This record gives sequence, structure tokens and C-alpha cells, in this order.
Amino acid sequence: MVNTSFNISIFTENRIGILNRITIIFTRRHLNIESITASESELEGVYRYTIVVNTSLDQVKKVVGQIEKQVEVLKAFYHEDDEVVYQEIALYKVSTKSLQNGSSERILRVHNARILTIEEGFTIIEKTGKPDELKLLFNELQGYGILEYVKSGRVAISKPMKTLETYLKELEDE
Amino acid sequence: MKNNNISGAEAVMKSLTQEGVDTIFGYPGGAIMPIYDALYSYRDQVNHLLVRHEQGAIHAAQGYARSSGKVGVCFATSGPGATNLITGLADAMIDSTPVVCITGQVASHLLGTDAFQETDVIGISMPVTKWNIQVTRAEDVPGAIAKAFYIARSGRPGPVLVDITKDAQFGETTFEYQPFLKMRSYSPVPKIDVAALNAAAELINSAQRPYLLVGQGVLLSNAESELLDFVNHTGIPVASTLLGLGALPANHPQYVGYLGMHGNYAPNVLTNECDVLIAVGMRFDDRVTGNISKYAKQAKVIHIDIDPSEINKIIPARVGLVADAKELLPELKGKCQQRNHSEWIEEFHKLDKLEHEQVIDGAINPSSNELRMAEVMHMLSEKTKGDVVVVTDVGQHQMITSRYYKYEVSRTNITSGGLGTMGFALPAAIGAKLGNPKKTVVAVIGDGGFQMTVQELGTIMQFNVDVKILILNNNFLGMVRQWQELFFEERYSFTDIQNPDFVKIAEGYRIESTKIEERDDLSSALDKMLNSHGAYLLEVVVGKQENVFPMMETGAGVSEIRLN
Repeated sequence: MVNTSFNISIFTENRIGILNRITIIFTRRHLNIESITASESELEGVYRYTIVVNTSLDQVKKVVGQIEKQVEVLKAFYHEDDEVVYQEIALYKVSTKSLQNGSSERILRVHNARILTIEEGFTIIEKTGKPDELKLLFNELQGYGILEYVKSGRVAISKPMKTLETYLKELEDE
Repeated sequence: MKNNNISGAEAVMKSLTQEGVDTIFGYPGGAIMPIYDALYSYRDQVNHLLVRHEQGAIHAAQGYARSSGKVGVCFATSGPGATNLITGLADAMIDSTPVVCITGQVASHLLGTDAFQETDVIGISMPVTKWNIQVTRAEDVPGAIAKAFYIARSGRPGPVLVDITKDAQFGETTFEYQPFLKMRSYSPVPKIDVAALNAAAELINSAQRPYLLVGQGVLLSNAESELLDFVNHTGIPVASTLLGLGALPANHPQYVGYLGMHGNYAPNVLTNECDVLIAVGMRFDDRVTGNISKYAKQAKVIHIDIDPSEINKIIPARVGLVADAKELLPELKGKCQQRNHSEWIEEFHKLDKLEHEQVIDGAINPSSNELRMAEVMHMLSEKTKGDVVVVTDVGQHQMITSRYYKYEVSRTNITSGGLGTMGFALPAAIGAKLGNPKKTVVAVIGDGGFQMTVQELGTIMQFNVDVKILILNNNFLGMVRQWQELFFEERYSFTDIQNPDFVKIAEGYRIESTKIEERDDLSSALDKMLNSHGAYLLEVVVGKQENVFPMMETGAGVSEIRLN
């Protein structure tokens, strides 16, 4: 079966160990997690995880079923990339001196990036976007010497979805 | 009910008694001492059995749960005590057995410091528990235990572990117990999807060769009588998985046998001849399906299970019904026509005749001098009319028992199915007896598995547990030897096991025992065992190199199961 990138969104109660319970399900099926982010959702006490995996549709369906089976998981969904709006954020540390050839304005405009700080020795540039966009800036900045680079996991919001509140209400009415 | 200022440890005991717990299997140790101290005052209300190893405690709790339908409970200390539970947790997880384990833990300020007997039991047990929780404050004890019982027994049951730090056991709390009733992230009782129900009924009504497979889900949902009504009404032939044996009495005219790798011939072969396959409370384990690319491809599958993640996990379902069998079967019956499928059932009987001629008749009436496992189990089945609790271990004797013991009564078949845990039977039999004291309990065990948890003879001795132990001794690790013979060119790599004198071992534990080797002694020896007062060990020496047939080889489909 063909592997595709899937965005898995998981909503859970806020309790110690739940992340472990979720990641075990991937480990057990020998699936590598490409990226993972977690934060509180729009509802207080409900945590939201975005996990990106490359796998088959058949496999992702079973994984999501087993995630949802966890007692403290409220709901889990999977979406292909074109069904979600997603972003990642990257920080690039380059030497301030190397940027002083006048190209920094063009770089920032072309890549829609911004500078977070300029210190004597280094400048930190921030860009949010899709992975390939972050990579383009990375490639360009490599010409200037990248001192450090860090990229976040993906955050994704699906296009078609009932609100979390609706789901919760359904769960509570059961 | 509110009590002021009791210890966390006493809150454990109060919570357990509130949950109706009257039997606990356990082993004390440093980090659980306050709970054992509280238990000391509850000896008149709670029967605690001191096992000889924590693995024995959890298998006993499993046996108790399986025979009684109640939640099994065990105690263990931190560190090695807790890690010794892991095999049993994994076994209970895969076989959906409701168990609550209470483990002691080092004081909370020592967590994560490599303190004496500290282990991350929450982390270790996570993949093998339905839910687990660490309690670090006395006031959290009642809530955690209430939730543990609710989760263990509801929905698809499973094992739950509650790890309680020593300071939480010593700490003071006010006690007020409220049973746990509901959590928003967990829906144990699914609502029946009416559209799916109608679709299922339509498929069944239009089927010419419908076929019903039942699993342990029927027992777990106490749906035996609902199943019987459904089966009688629809006239559909019924086969059972290993853990489903006894869900429908073996003497029912529509019962066609036992599924799987060493199951009966007809129910396996005809899986690929039915037009509608109805699976209730079973999960299409690979030991049932064989090669799934050759499994029931012609059939429209209706899969009924309480666990939504089971639907389409292995076999794609035309209709998936997430439901409790007890609720669903009467609804489905109401929509199904009364039918008679005697011609279709006749096809099972024809193949059954073939299996009798080529396998069964020779196995239960052998011409060899050596005793065969099948004749022993056949005779036990006849003598007990399929109505004692039979606890089996894992291996050839287990498959032979599932094949030749005719289970007529629900909850009399207790075995390690999914995990295949050797050493399960002896401790599980202890629990099974405690869970159903009125019934005779026979533990059928191989010579290999018996030695994995043999120490539990001490528990049987100390607490006068009336279990009959039937060792089928072929002086070999028989199932692995069979595979070595068939698939590894008879290279018997470390399956030739040298055994001790089992009778002397039993004598050491003051358990009455006999060893027989001759066919002439079998009947009287079984009678003596069944009529004995208290525990009894009967060792039956059987043929060293017997193979279990039929057999579905690795990669073979159900219709390719071989008779010899």
C-alpha cells in the first residue's frame, strides 16, 4: 500500500501519561512519528495533539481506532495534507556580520520571514510556513552560514470538522 | 458514608469492600506494608490468599474473574513485586479479563530517584493495561479505586493497575465512597446503529448459508441465553473460538465445533463456503483465520463487537455493529426470520464424519499401547458431562482439551488464549475455584507449563484450595516438538525436558497424588481424582511424540487445514 502523510488530531483529558499511551500505539506498529505537538485546545482542560506520520490509509485508520480506544482520549481524527491548514515554525541563527552585505531585506521580503533579534554576534530569523518553504529559506541562508536551526512540529486544523464542543456534547449526552 | 481521618491504606480496604471485593490474591512487601496492615483488620470480611509469586496472584485473579464474572483483585509490592505482574496484565489485556491490581510504590519524594525497589510500573504497565494511575495522596485513593473498578468491568473489560505511594498509604484522609459512573472520554455501552442493525438482518434473512461465529464477548456480556434464543430462532450453524467455548452448549444441534489452527475440520473448512458470516464478540485472531487472504473471501461479513476498533481491524465487515451482545442479539433476532438450515448444517456433519474417521475415533479409542491425551480428555468429558470448570495451560494438552472436552456450561472454560502464557493454569485454577466454589475445578496442565508456576502448590496447600490437577505428561515440550517434527526436520532443539517426580513434589506439599501409565488404570484414576476431598494431583503419562491434528500450517487458509 502507498504511504501518505497523515495529520492525526487527538483530543484528550489532561492527565499524566496520556502522551505515553498514545505514542506506544505507534511504536507497537513500528511506525515512526514525523512530528508531534501538544497544547491546550480552545476548551479548558482539553488537550490537543497533532501527530504527523507517513503510512498507509489502512494503517492510519487502525491506529486512530486504537488511539480513540484509550480511556482518556476524547476523540481522534486523521486527515491528509490537503484536508488541513497547517503550519510549522522555524528559527535560524546566522552571524550578523554575514548578513551585512545588503541582502537581508530581500531575503526577508521574498520568504516572508522576520527578524526576532539582532545581537552583535548573531541574528535570529523566524519563519512560519510549510516544510518546503522553511527548507527554501534554509537553503538560501546556508550561503551565509547557519549557526543553528530549529523547527517545530506541525500544528494543523482540519477544514471540514464539527467543533470540538459539538463532539463533547455528543459524548456527554451518551 | 463518611469517615473522618483514616489512613490511605485503610481507605484502600474500605474502597475495596465498597466494591464488593471479598477475595484478594497477593504478596506483601515493603512498599505495600501499610495496606497489608489495614488488611489485617479486614480478615473477617476479605479472604486474602498468600500466593508464592506475584505472577500467581494475577493469574489467580484472572481465573477468579473468568469463573465468577466479577473483577479479580490482586496486591503486590513495588519493584519486583509489580514487575512480576506484567505477564498476567498482558494476558488479561489480550483476553479482556477484568482485573484490578493494587501495587505499593516508594514514597512520592523518592519517585524517579532509583530508590530501593522503585520501578516505573506506570510506564512499564501502560501497554498492557486498559488504564492505570499513580496515587500520591491519601485523599485520591477512593476516587482512583472507584474509577479502576468501573473501567475494568465496563465496555470491553480489561486489567487496571493502581499504584499507591507509601506516603499516600500512610497519609490521612476523610473517607467518602462514591461509585464511579461516567466519564466523557469513554463510552462503554455503545448505542445500536439502527441502520446497521437493519442491514445485518437483511443480509441474514437473504442468506442461504449463514454461519455464526461466537467468541468470549458473549460470555463477557452475559448474553448466553440471548445467543441461544437467536440461534434457535434463526437456525444458523454456530462455531466457537477458543475463548467462546461454552457460550453455546456443545450438545446444541446447531453447534458445529471449535474454530482455529487445531480446531475441528468442518467449522474451519466451511468458513469458506458460507455466504453470510456473522461474528459475535470475537476478534478474528490469526489462530482462527489462518491466512487472511484466504479467509471467507466469498462471504458478506457482519461483525458485532463492543470495541469499535475491532471492526475492520483484520477482516473487512460488510456490516459493523458496535454493540453489547446482550442488548443486540434480541434486537437482531426480532428482525430475523425463523429459519431452518438443516441442509447446510448437514454439510458440516459430513465433514465432521470425515474428521471422526481420520482423527477423532482413533484418538479417543487408540490402538497404541501408550495413552493418548485425547482419550484422557474424552473420558474426563464423559465422566463430568461437560460440567466442571476446566482450566488449561498452553500447548498440546490445551488444544486437545479444547477439542475433546465438550463444554456444556458457560464460564467453565478458562485458558490463556491470546497471550498463550505457559504457567497460567495452576494459579488460574486457584482463582477459578474461589470464584465458583460449588463447582469442581480441574486444572489440565502439561509437564512443561506445570513447572513454570509449580510454586503455587504452596498456596493450594496453605489455603486448602480444592483443585484437581491433571498433568498430561509426555516428557516433552510437545507443541514446539510437533512443529520441530513437521517444519524443522525433526531437529528437537531443547524440547526434550527432564522432569522431576511430580508425585513426590505433590507429597512435599501434602497434596494427595497418583501417577498412572496404563490405560486400564485411567478410568479409576479419574474417578478417584474427581471424588477426592481437597486438592489432588493426577499425573497421566502419555505418548511422548503425539501430534495434534487437524492443523492449519503457517500461511495456510482455513479450508487448507490438514487432517493428518
